[in-house]
Order: sequence, then structure tokens, then C-alpha cells
Amino acid sequence: MSVTNLTDSDFDSAISGDTPVLVDFWAPWCGPCKAIGPVVEELAGEYDGKAVVAKMNVDENPATPGKFGIRAIPTLIVFRGGKAVDQVTGAVGKAQIAALIDKAL
Amino acid sequence: MAEHRQLVILGGGPAGLTAGLYASRAKLDCVMLEKGMPGGQVMVTDWIDNYPGFPEGLSGFDLCEKMTAQAKRFGLEIRSGVEVTGVDLESEPRKLILAAGGEISCDSLIIATGARPNTLGVPGEKELTGRGVSYCATCDGPFFRDQEIAVIGGGNTAVQEAVYLTKFAKKVNLIHRRDELRATRIVQEQAMANPGINIIWDTVVQEIKSDDSGVSGLVLENVKSGAKSELTLSGVFVLIGTIPNNEMLPDCIELVDGFINTDAEMRTNIPGVMAAGDIRNKEVRQVINGAGEGAVAEMAAEHYLSRRAK
Repeated sequence: MSVTNLTDSDFDSAISGDTPVLVDFWAPWCGPCKAIGPVVEELAGEYDGKAVVAKMNVDENPATPGKFGIRAIPTLIVFRGGKAVDQVTGAVGKAQIAALIDKAL
Repeated sequence: MAEHRQLVILGGGPAGLTAGLYASRAKLDCVMLEKGMPGGQVMVTDWIDNYPGFPEGLSGFDLCEKMTAQAKRFGLEIRSGVEVTGVDLESEPRKLILAAGGEISCDSLIIATGARPNTLGVPGEKELTGRGVSYCATCDGPFFRDQEIAVIGGGNTAVQEAVYLTKFAKKVNLIHRRDELRATRIVQEQAMANPGINIIWDTVVQEIKSDDSGVSGLVLENVKSGAKSELTLSGVFVLIGTIPNNEMLPDCIELVDGFINTDAEMRTNIPGVMAAGDIRNKEVRQVINGAGEGAVAEMAAEHYLSRRAK
């Protein structure tokens, strides 16, 4: 499965389920965000059926990042059952992102 | 069978990418291992005006992309997202232990793991990272539109990024522990001429304060008078130099303050093992000498491999 693009309007319903959802908060002006983009795409394929991998453009969707106090990107948050379980900020390696999802499985 | 290569390049910043460019043109059996994505610290630099060949300047991200594309054009194999947790330099051949399991052995190794931003080590910093504490102006600057922020540091990175951040913030306090900036003259002049920048001299941060929404202020101390003060603001960019990415290196490699000692040909104390870029023990940490050192290190590796073959 490919990466789901979330918006402020569909965010709450997207993270409400029991399946972990990794959300990559990004913006087009952020170099490190562009750099981890392909890694996030890969993870979407690798976790197909186990977890949802999604991203949200913080420029187009200001409400959700505001709600979670995000003041740095890329920030990756894993949600489960409507709640933020764990998060990491910065262009971290694939293994570290995968570990974040694994903990929530 | 375990994977074996003539040359492994550890790290994909300007030094590693340049070494990779040279190695792929030399047709060495070579792989580059990068724990994140190629580019390194340059990727988070908003604008680069001192890399020759680009008279108009270019963004750090664009320079990374161009360097990566150039190395790939000659067939460099780049493995992104591969973290190396250990390096065995006492075995023959040399061995790299991968975080994901398994290992890669090699005849020659170029260590170009670079450095990462130093931290202040004050209360509040760690907990507030990503909630107002940042080490990357280009990533996080736009979150501070029309707000008051601080930049900590006095070197090129701190002063240049303070100027950049005035595009977003209504006021940028540049807080420096000395009474003069270390940044190069043209960068200093840009900062002094910018009405959006307020320089606070002789001052260190003692604590980063927070409220429910993240960073709310700083507790400062004047190092000359000992006077304490507080500053109300919502963001703090810590740009106070770098620390080496050396965690994976074994004790047998010679380090000075955590950085690798090399000779002028980038050779370490271990035969066949070179170091290049910000991981080296040196004074100047610029993109241009990082790239240059990558080229020198690759030449040293080629020389080592050809003598070894005889």
C-alpha cells in the first residue's frame, strides 16, 4: 500500500482505529522532510496490512500539527486508538522509524 | 556467503559522496552506507554561497541532490537507511556490523560519518526538542512566524541562520557567550545590519522554560557580571558547533577529542582505513574541504588497494 495523505478534516477518523498509524508531518520547504520521504514510502510497503503509513502537509493542514504542539519537522508520530503513542523528530534512519511502529504493533 | 567489497564508504555527506564519485569513476567494487539519506548536515543548511562553481549560490538541499546525482551517474551504489553499529578494524578483512543484522567486510574503508549538532545540556532542552527547541533553522523556522525566538551561538552557522530566521520571526535574539562573534566578516556584517537581530553578548543559557504549548522562555546568565535574567520567547535554535559521530568506532583507531586523526593523505593509524570530512580532527569544517578530503581519501584507498594486490 502506498502512503496515505491525511488532512485536518479526515485526521481524527484515520487515527481512531486499533491499527497503528504512523504520520509523517512534513512541508515542501523542508530538505530533511524530502530526504526521508522515500524511506516513509518504503515503510508503507513493508508494513502493508500491519500498520498504516501516512503523511500530512503542515502548510495545508495547520490545525492538526498545532493540536500536537509540533514546532519542528519532520516529526513522525505513531497513533493508536486515537492517541499519540510515540514520536521522533528529525531525519532519522529507517531502522529508527521502523522501531517506532514495531513498538506500537 | 558474507558480502565483501573492495571499498566501503561509511557516511553519505559531501566527503562520502565525493569519495564515492571518485571510487565509482575508478571502477572500484564499492558501496556507500548511509544511516539516513545522502546529504549529511549540508541538507539542513538553508543557503550556500561559498561552494565554488555556483556563482548565484544554492540551497543545501540542492547541493546534496546534485552531489548524489553526480556520484550515481557513475554507478555509485548508495544504501540509505543502513546503520552501522560496529567496525572491526583488527580483523582481516575489516568488518562492519549492521544494525539490521549481518555484516559487510572490506579491503579498504573510508570513514565519513560526520558530526551532528552539539547540545547545550541545560534543563528543558531534551524534553522540549521539537516543541520549540530546534537544531535546524531551515526545518523549523517557518513555525515561528511573527514570534520572538533566540539563536544560541556565535559561529558561522549560528549567525547565518539567525539572519535567515528574521524572514519568519519578528525578533531574533542572538545569544553568545563571548563579546565578539567567530563568524566570518561578511556574515557578521549581515547580522549587524539586520534590524530584526538583537545580539546579547557574554551570556549563556541556564535553563529553557516551558508551558503547555512548548518553549516559553530562557533563563540567562551574564558570564562577566553573573547577573541573571529571563527572556520570554517561543523558540530556541541551538547552533553551537558539532560533536563527532564516532559511536561505532573501535578503540584501536586514534582519536583526538573524539575526532579521527589522519595524515595529509587522510590515512588513519590503521592501514587501509581513511577518514574524511567532519569526523576528522581538524580546524575548518566547510563543505568544500569535506568534499576535497573525500577525494584525497579515495585516492589513498586506491593506492592502498593497488599495492595490496601486488
